[in-house]
Amino acid sequence: MTAPPLPPPLHAEHGTSLWRDAWHRLSRNRLAVFGLVMFLTIALLCLFGPLFLPFKPADQAVTLKASAPLEKIYTRTPLRKTSQPRIDFIAEGKLIDENVFLNLTPDQRQQTLTQIKSGEAIKLGRFTYQLSDRRHWLGTDALGRDLLVRILHGGRISIGVGLAATVVSILIGVLYGAISGYFGGKLDIVLMRIVDILYTIPFTIFVILLMVFLPPSIFLLFIAIGAVEWLTMARIVRGEIVALKHREFIEAAVSLGLSRFRIIFKHLIPNVLGSVIVYSTLTVPQVMLLEAVLSFLGLGVQPPMSSWGVLIDDGAKTLETSPWLLFFPAGIFSLTLFCLNFLGDGLRDALDPRASKD
Amino acid sequence: MPLLDVQNLTTSFHTRAGVVRAVQDVGFSLEAGQTIGIVGESGSGKSVACYSLLGLIPTPPGRIEAGTALFDGIDLLHAPLHTLNRIRGKRISMIFQDPMTSLNPYLRVSEQIIEPLLIHEKISRSAALLRALTALEEVGIQDAARRIHFYPHEFSGGMRQRVMIAMALITRPEILIADEPTTALDVTVQAQILELIRSRQRELGTAVIFITHDLGVVASFCDHVHVMYGGRIVESAPTTELFRNPLHPYAAALQRSIPALQEKNTELYTIPGLPPDPMHLPDGCAFAPRCDHVRDLCRARHPELVTLQPAHATRCLRVQNGDLTLS
Repeated sequence: MTAPPLPPPLHAEHGTSLWRDAWHRLSRNRLAVFGLVMFLTIALLCLFGPLFLPFKPADQAVTLKASAPLEKIYTRTPLRKTSQPRIDFIAEGKLIDENVFLNLTPDQRQQTLTQIKSGEAIKLGRFTYQLSDRRHWLGTDALGRDLLVRILHGGRISIGVGLAATVVSILIGVLYGAISGYFGGKLDIVLMRIVDILYTIPFTIFVILLMVFLPPSIFLLFIAIGAVEWLTMARIVRGEIVALKHREFIEAAVSLGLSRFRIIFKHLIPNVLGSVIVYSTLTVPQVMLLEAVLSFLGLGVQPPMSSWGVLIDDGAKTLETSPWLLFFPAGIFSLTLFCLNFLGDGLRDALDPRASKD
Repeated sequence: MPLLDVQNLTTSFHTRAGVVRAVQDVGFSLEAGQTIGIVGESGSGKSVACYSLLGLIPTPPGRIEAGTALFDGIDLLHAPLHTLNRIRGKRISMIFQDPMTSLNPYLRVSEQIIEPLLIHEKISRSAALLRALTALEEVGIQDAARRIHFYPHEFSGGMRQRVMIAMALITRPEILIADEPTTALDVTVQAQILELIRSRQRELGTAVIFITHDLGVVASFCDHVHVMYGGRIVESAPTTELFRNPLHPYAAALQRSIPALQEKNTELYTIPGLPPDPMHLPDGCAFAPRCDHVRDLCRARHPELVTLQPAHATRCLRVQNGDLTLS
């Protein structure tokens, strides 16, 4: 029965991990896959989209205040040659109100406008009018800034804050919860009472105080949100560790002479990662919502930077005259939150098959 | 000098409901290469006694109240954690009852089996993997080169127990503690696993402490047996002596309840009553409420373990007084 010694298993077949099983279950959940794909698309668009757009978030065309989505844009060049010829951009709606049109009948106005084709120039009064190549897909805001590029740039901040604060909350929460749960006893009691106390601090007041006494910065926002979000994570992890630490495989690990930290990091934490991932996926939208609320209140991201919360705030102010300034940022924000929640629900079902319905 | 010398081991659990005296005044010794059995029913304290040796008792609520366990000049019960961590997994290993739950479900078997080597020996990962492969082949896992990278849930119960044995023996420990290693397995697999432990023990010269409730296993396996009841050793004897000439009514009753040893078509003998509640142990002999031979004396006086014949001790007062013979 003695076979020749086998070569070391370098490229041997690898078994199926529980992670891969979970991934398989997730990939069959259409809503979760939709959420994942959509979220990744939005994130990538925010990250790389602005590179392909001709506008910068700070580019202003004051004469182009709040143009509607896809509205035609005309350039208006003064006929009289000055030392510096000025070109103004004018939105379609504004053009009709120009003084030169006041003498024309509505039909004539319409005719004049449609006469202008790309490449042509029409002289009216003191100006030359020309159809511009410029198109703002989602219109411009009150300062003539392209809304699409602002949304994409704002998305970088919003998603960035969401991810960064979640990572902070994972790092603190998992470590804190694992130590509290594994060592137990008096240390556990002390650590968990600290969490209880921190829970009682009203978040908004805490952030307002931070923002008032310290110079507002985006890092402060990370810290403020991360400092609050880790509490629940710590409780979840602690609860799971307490349940896990008397399981036989942990006792077996202890009986093998493993150090406590090796047991925590190598044996306990991988076993709680499922819950951590699920909760994190649900933390990201929560944090993004918090950031939006703070920005809406003027406590979050400060101009010239923008975030979705800032854009929604701006949009809400001009709801009556230019509703698209509210609808587009709010729409993409809601879509992102939906996607993350779908993904989180899907992950929960995938990682804990017993809890799911099917 | 014995390899391991346990004296007066007393472990209790301080719970809200009261103090559970799980192990009281347990002592035994183990010579190199010897196999001893610790027998008793559920709750008799046999597992707690061995868990205490390796520092596996959760404290609190557990507390080792007294005793010493000398292993190579080190008292395992009072050794600091880093000393204990150099011994367990390296010189004393343990196999657990349920192989389905004693492997980490999230780590590949290869990852777990090399762990004792990585932490106890200065060895590279690839060298450790090679030794793990050999270890798996030695415990009879076929196609080990492929299977070593599987996850525990891809193994059957018997295979996992083989993995546990390979893992426990990979550092060539001097003592192996086997806590009911076959209880959770199919009867057909049980015999294979026992045979495997025995053959590995012979090859490596490991001493084995066998915790079990199965007298049949003891009979075929152990040199010396300690019978535990209510947290105490009630009888301690060489295996053949115990079966031929039991000196405690409990040990005798256990033998009588082995189905294979009973005549056909007679009612199966069972010990009446229930094991004692370790929170409310009786003042006298713990077995007195269930004993066929009980006298007033048994309930009144606390019995001590007395050696009556060479290496054969009993805690029965009546046997000690000479007014009861059981064989």
